[in-house]
Amino acid sequence: MTAVEDRPAGFVDNDQKPVGYGRMLRKEDPRFIRGMGRYVDDINLPGMLHLAILRSPVAHARIISIDTRAAEAHPKVKAVVTGAILAEKGLAWMPTLSNDVQAVLATDKVRFQGQEVAFVVAEDRYAARDALELIEVEYDILDPVMDVRKALEPGAPLIRDDLEGKKDNHCFDWETGDAAATEAVFAKADVVVSEDIVYPRVHPAPMETCGCVADFERVEGKLTLWTTSQAPHAHRTVYALVSGLPEHKIRVIAPDIGGGFGNKVPIYPGYVCAIVASLVIGKPVKWTEDRSENLVSTGFARDYIMRGEIAATKDGKILAIRTNVLADHGAFNGTAAPIKYPAGFFGVFTGSYDLEAAYCKMTAVYTNKAPGGVAYACSFRITEAVYLVERIVDCLAYQLDMDPAELRLKNFIQPDQFPYTSKTGWVYDSGDYEPAMRLAMDMIGYDELRKEQAEKRAKGELMGIGISFFTEAVGAGPRKDMDILGLGMADGSELRIHPTGKAVLRVSCMSQGQGHETTYAQIVAEEIGIPPADIQVVNGDTDNTPFGLGTYGSRSTPVSGAAAALVARKVRDKAQIIASGMLEVSVADLEWDKGSFHVKGDPSKSVTIQAIAMRAHGAGDLPEGIEGGLEAQICYNPSNLTYPFGAYICVVDVDPGTAQVKVRRFVAVDDCGTRINPMIIEGQVHGGLTDGVGMALMEMISFDEDGNCLSGSLMDYLIPTALEVPEWETGYTVTPSPHHPIGAKGVGESATVGSPPCVVNAVMDALKPFKVRHADMPLTPSRVWEAMQGRTRPPI
Amino acid sequence: MQVPAPFEYARAGNVAEAIGLLERLGSSAKLVAGGHSLLPMMKLRLANFEYLIDINDLHGELGYITVASDQIRIGAMTRHRELLESAPLLAAFPIFRDAEHVIADPVVRNRGTLGGSLCQADPSEDLSAVCTTLDASCVIQGSGGQRVVSMAEFHRGPYETAVGDDELLIEIRLPLRAGGSSAYEKVERRAGDWAVVSCGAALWMDGGTIAEARVGLAAVGPNTTGIPAIGELLRGKAPSDELFREAGALASSSCSPVTDLRGTEEYKRHLAGELTRRTLSTCVARIKQGV
Ligand SMILES: Cc1cc2nc3c(=O)[nH]c(=O)nc-3n(C[C@H](O)[C@H](O)[C@H](O)COP(=O)(O)OP(=O)(O)OC[C@H]3O[C@@H](n4cnc5c(N)ncnc54)[C@H](O)[C@@H]3O)c2cc1C
Repeated sequence: MTAVEDRPAGFVDNDQKPVGYGRMLRKEDPRFIRGMGRYVDDINLPGMLHLAILRSPVAHARIISIDTRAAEAHPKVKAVVTGAILAEKGLAWMPTLSNDVQAVLATDKVRFQGQEVAFVVAEDRYAARDALELIEVEYDILDPVMDVRKALEPGAPLIRDDLEGKKDNHCFDWETGDAAATEAVFAKADVVVSEDIVYPRVHPAPMETCGCVADFERVEGKLTLWTTSQAPHAHRTVYALVSGLPEHKIRVIAPDIGGGFGNKVPIYPGYVCAIVASLVIGKPVKWTEDRSENLVSTGFARDYIMRGEIAATKDGKILAIRTNVLADHGAFNGTAAPIKYPAGFFGVFTGSYDLEAAYCKMTAVYTNKAPGGVAYACSFRITEAVYLVERIVDCLAYQLDMDPAELRLKNFIQPDQFPYTSKTGWVYDSGDYEPAMRLAMDMIGYDELRKEQAEKRAKGELMGIGISFFTEAVGAGPRKDMDILGLGMADGSELRIHPTGKAVLRVSCMSQGQGHETTYAQIVAEEIGIPPADIQVVNGDTDNTPFGLGTYGSRSTPVSGAAAALVARKVRDKAQIIASGMLEVSVADLEWDKGSFHVKGDPSKSVTIQAIAMRAHGAGDLPEGIEGGLEAQICYNPSNLTYPFGAYICVVDVDPGTAQVKVRRFVAVDDCGTRINPMIIEGQVHGGLTDGVGMALMEMISFDEDGNCLSGSLMDYLIPTALEVPEWETGYTVTPSPHHPIGAKGVGESATVGSPPCVVNAVMDALKPFKVRHADMPLTPSRVWEAMQGRTRPPI
Repeated sequence: MQVPAPFEYARAGNVAEAIGLLERLGSSAKLVAGGHSLLPMMKLRLANFEYLIDINDLHGELGYITVASDQIRIGAMTRHRELLESAPLLAAFPIFRDAEHVIADPVVRNRGTLGGSLCQADPSEDLSAVCTTLDASCVIQGSGGQRVVSMAEFHRGPYETAVGDDELLIEIRLPLRAGGSSAYEKVERRAGDWAVVSCGAALWMDGGTIAEARVGLAAVGPNTTGIPAIGELLRGKAPSDELFREAGALASSSCSPVTDLRGTEEYKRHLAGELTRRTLSTCVARIKQGV
């Protein structure tokens, strides 16, 4: 099915809401719109204390001494804790999500500016902050490693001398594909194009910074942690493993989250500090990070320096892609990715094209920068992979002087090739690329735009048309080869129908604004015919939801969404048996008619799901062997990832005098399989596109040579506003996933993945008269102007 | 959440009281007007002092735009938004409309003041560039009385002004002269960002020739840069693209930008020239249209 998204007039009226899939307003929005959301920082408990963290002012230094006496003497201070104190309890270091270790508080050295050095617990947050200034730390400053290209040079300062036997800043090597086969294809190719492509360090910068309230109740011996977490269950297990508290005595609650984007996947030292403080002092302790702390110390994203190479025939048949990547992992390897995938799913860098060979070699290094490498809506490094392939394909189009749309159309994996195994071993579940591409071209009026561009070029005006076509691999993942710290990436779901036919669905994933309370209610509604308004969706409380790995990497609908549908089907199966008793026919004689069962051939003999629910809980006999109640629980283990895709085209105008870029139009055609709530999908796409424009044009975490982070505020780290983005034009095709119970694929990150190359390709297209083939993001006016002068690697 | 260091708070009811407080508390005190430059620095603990003197109650006394035959006088507490909404000011100097539309956002403009902007003396500050362009003079008051200084004398380096510890900037005076117009352009990386470079121009015609022209550039030197050589170049000549290109070249070579995250030195020099050329052309176009 291929269609331009219609904008139905009546969908704002929730009385006409669908019993199942379709547009409806988000059930959670009234509380957000009215300012009634409840975030971690809204939690205030009696007797609660406040924690503030002293951070390193320098990037690399040995700690000589820490004098906390003056801080301890502050009348409102309850405790001052250093790394040495934590070390006595064996808590100075903690595991990262990539099996590295990270300092909770520095003991020996500080390894990045902003690293946690000590913390203060005080009666209020002002006193806690004031007391930080009373702590005296003496540092022996060491040379920092800031340039990732120099990290492995002989004689480079050693960052991780905490690791036994470590002699250099090497973090890991990784490769995928077939080097020899790829070399053979490159050797025979008519055309080879290579380009150095940098995906700079960026930051998720959620509006709500990270924080927690830790409350250790001494009598019960139970810790309750309200925290900004996209993965409450995974966090609970890690806390149990690290702290030694038994897992049933830890309750992790993630209340409303003000944006995650991967920033709230890792466990940060601040959480551990607050837990330790509450355990020791016996009072609730709150830690809320400030904006600068969030930007300089928490999980960044990207930071890949990629050499891309593409081999093709002279008429534009792409034969092979090869890449060499230098990955900057900061001071500790905190990447959040399935453990066997140190580079996440970067292996999908072969894109949407049918190749003969592909190969990637990656070297990851430590630098004196903040750890992380998490996500930022990257579907586990797919953002980098898609940027690489879509940029290098455009470089090829430039070299061949071929239309970039035509080049892509010529090389797509064809519908009859699915399931398609890529040259790096990924099994694409389903796809039909050409209709999506053609739809995007029609929507934007591609041919007319090319004409307009030719006319403008003749007048010296700079207009560019950019295309990107992406395929993602989301919904991690099959437990046979995907786990995080040994925890399989399956997700649970529990559905209870109450006697009156209302329901509660408990899920293990965790909404950060994606609209789960609505989407999951709609999934269940579609399966059992109870209106979404009658279905409460509960997430984010480990005592009240089944185990699962949380929300990131666009995995919620592919994994938890599947679990929600399957648990509803399980309930429906039981309902059918109860209905057979009520209607006194055999189970096989019943037909499901969304919301009720009726006797085959006699629709007048029927019972509604609500009536069945009452019977399940009521008096009277149930069919032989059937227990009372109407509920079920399942755990869904996906058999494969899902592979959403999309065709994006945008138009930019570049001011030839000032080099400012204006995104004039942007068409996004997404295929995420079955569409549950199109309005929510559009919202996800709009947000991701805005993110993408930000990364393409303005976002970057930068450092000076001394290791100072220059992007510690939102005046320095720019994120786009409504004024920088056009009115988004969205369209869709539907190619269901064959293995997902409802055919849905994830969409949370599609637009963030697909839009940066689209914008950059458009700017490069605009600069074609200057013979510019590539320039690195962010394409600030200065960088665009430098590129126009022939300098594609500006000093900043 | 970022929290400032401890401080005492006092609220001045009028100019005399504010000066009295300043005299008593000396350099340990700081005035707060709109607070949109000062409060962020306090929250980052870049500005730390013992006393904060709030002068927002002086808005009645110092929030005004008065048009006389030879000058416009603007009180230091006049807010961005009031500048943007003053029909007589915008009629005389359309540069204010251009500039105010690209200063921060409405939230900031509702509170930020002309006096605070000039006293902040940020090298990228837009209203300072406007005032330099318009040859403004600044009225400074202390217990000993008032003194009037030019913009060039007012700014003494980044974040430094001629206002003493026990003084207050109370008024800005803009000389009025017939036959002219003005314009402002700013290149920013994103709406609400500080300028990469911005440029104001004011130009007066006498028949077919330029009687006077002034340019004020922000973000290309320690303070707003006025380039008198441009006036000398343009005076007595008929406006033309070629001439304004020459003026632009003068601006490029006379300013002193540095490479930072907003742009390279070369790019900023280029912009100084480009924006000079554009704003001068806009002035001429506006004079022709009678605006
Ligand atoms: C998000 C954001 C974006 C911004 N973007 C821009 C921009 O693009 N361009 C731009 O030009 N500005 C920008 N600004 C600054 C804004 O215009 C400020 O409001 C202005 O610079 C300062 O005015 P204020 O009244 O808020 O001063 P305050 O912050 O109250 O004071 C600033 C300084 O001036 C002193 N002071 C204030 N009044 C007097 C007085 N009468 N006499 C003596 N000293 C005084 C104070 O003691 C302090 O040192 C931005 C601000 C923010 C928060």
